[in-house]
Amino acid sequence: MKNCEYRQIEPQGLGTPNAAPPPPAGANDADTRAKRRRKWEVFPGKNRFYCDGRIMVARQSGVLPLTLGLIVLTSCLFFVFDCPFLVEHVTSCIPAIGGALFAFVIISLLQTSFRDPGILPRATADEAAYTEKQIDDSASSSYRPPPRTLEVIINQQVVKLKYCFTCKMFRPPRTSHCSLCDNCVERFDHHCPWVGNCVGKRNYRFFYAFIVSLSFLTAFIFGCVTTHLTLRTFPLTPSCTALELIVCFFSVWSILGLSGFHTYLVASNLTTNEDIKGSWSGNSGVQNTVNPYSYNNIFANCCAVLCAPLPPSLIDRRGFLPTQESPPAAQPQVELPVFVGKSDLTVV
Amino acid sequence: VRPSLQDLRQQASIAAKVFVQRDYTTGTICQFQTKFPSELETRIDKQQFEETIRTLNNLYAEAEKLGGRSYLEGCLACVTAYTIFLCMETHYEKVLKKIAKYIQEQNDKIYAPRGLLLTDPIERGLRVVEITIFEDQSNGRIEGR
Repeated sequence: MKNCEYRQIEPQGLGTPNAAPPPPAGANDADTRAKRRRKWEVFPGKNRFYCDGRIMVARQSGVLPLTLGLIVLTSCLFFVFDCPFLVEHVTSCIPAIGGALFAFVIISLLQTSFRDPGILPRATADEAAYTEKQIDDSASSSYRPPPRTLEVIINQQVVKLKYCFTCKMFRPPRTSHCSLCDNCVERFDHHCPWVGNCVGKRNYRFFYAFIVSLSFLTAFIFGCVTTHLTLRTFPLTPSCTALELIVCFFSVWSILGLSGFHTYLVASNLTTNEDIKGSWSGNSGVQNTVNPYSYNNIFANCCAVLCAPLPPSLIDRRGFLPTQESPPAAQPQVELPVFVGKSDLTVV
Repeated sequence: VRPSLQDLRQQASIAAKVFVQRDYTTGTICQFQTKFPSELETRIDKQQFEETIRTLNNLYAEAEKLGGRSYLEGCLACVTAYTIFLCMETHYEKVLKKIAKYIQEQNDKIYAPRGLLLTDPIERGLRVVEITIFEDQSNGRIEGR
């Protein structure tokens, strides 16, 4: 019966975003505060949280330690072995520039890896039920759209929204479900193993800053190392310098290429996902598809992608779970999102 | 303390919930559909509802607006490696606070007296405006679906 369904949501679970729900009557205040859990502890996606929810990474951190290690190692070798020689023979600005670039690269990398990329919280039970009902109602009418897709018109372009079976909602445009993180991410670009996180709406600019500054850093180190080897009078080549040369040589081409590719994406307001699938280049067989999100102006696109206001995280990972007073209703699915005050999650 | 909202939460039971969906016709910017849900016909004016949604849409547009101010904020953030937001709120967050206040005010003045409750969309991932319809206690019969 419908009323039973809706009674799962307790009214005190609703309210203003930052208002802390009142503790259960008769409970010890100190106990309640000490044991109240935060939403990140029950987050349904495959993410790991550190510093009490402030930092988040994908469960498979991928090769982030390798990325960090390579950058730090190569830069340290550069500062230790090449800088003294170059300061003497060329200019003393070299360590300063190298240091600034190195700092910028590390900060951008950490910002990309530890930020919420734009994860959409999963639909609440009521919302999922309402959506299902809408799908069933529309399927019973004479025109039958393909199952579990919704067509919307964005800037005179037809866009199909897909239904996400894991998150139980129709994905907003440009949102994609990352199977590695098991989350729907807004403006999903790709899952980058090198940074150990998805790249999406909230961290794309940091990712772009990272790869561009890394290109500059590797090119800079490569240039300096080449200069060092050229200027050195005695024939012995230090092995460290040779190592730096090899690492930088291979990195420069790949990272420069990647930066170039992403500059193209930024200028046309595309994501890697859309580019690979050919969503707007007419590959899907439909004629005259244009990117409905592009402003058709390179400068406007760059500003929109890189300088737009940064939206806040939608998953509120450091918020507290609402406390429950009444006994629980039956909760068959485990993957229901945390905004529902599930009393089996509250600590007593 | 808001007596009417407290009453609703503690005493009334939920009859139904309506979800106002996002409107994507202008792109990925956060806007909600102004179409009046049929479940609310017996409870509230169409104009009142549309006015609420339209104000919300304007507020969200203000949050995401690209302009001189947002670029300045972006540049300042870039230069300070985003550490400036440890002491300062982003423009978006400021507008979200405004929205939360507006919704509370609307609930107090207009929706709670009619046995309805608006949920701030930020609690639903900015995907829907959830409107809870409470049972009509005034004449003892259940309304809504």
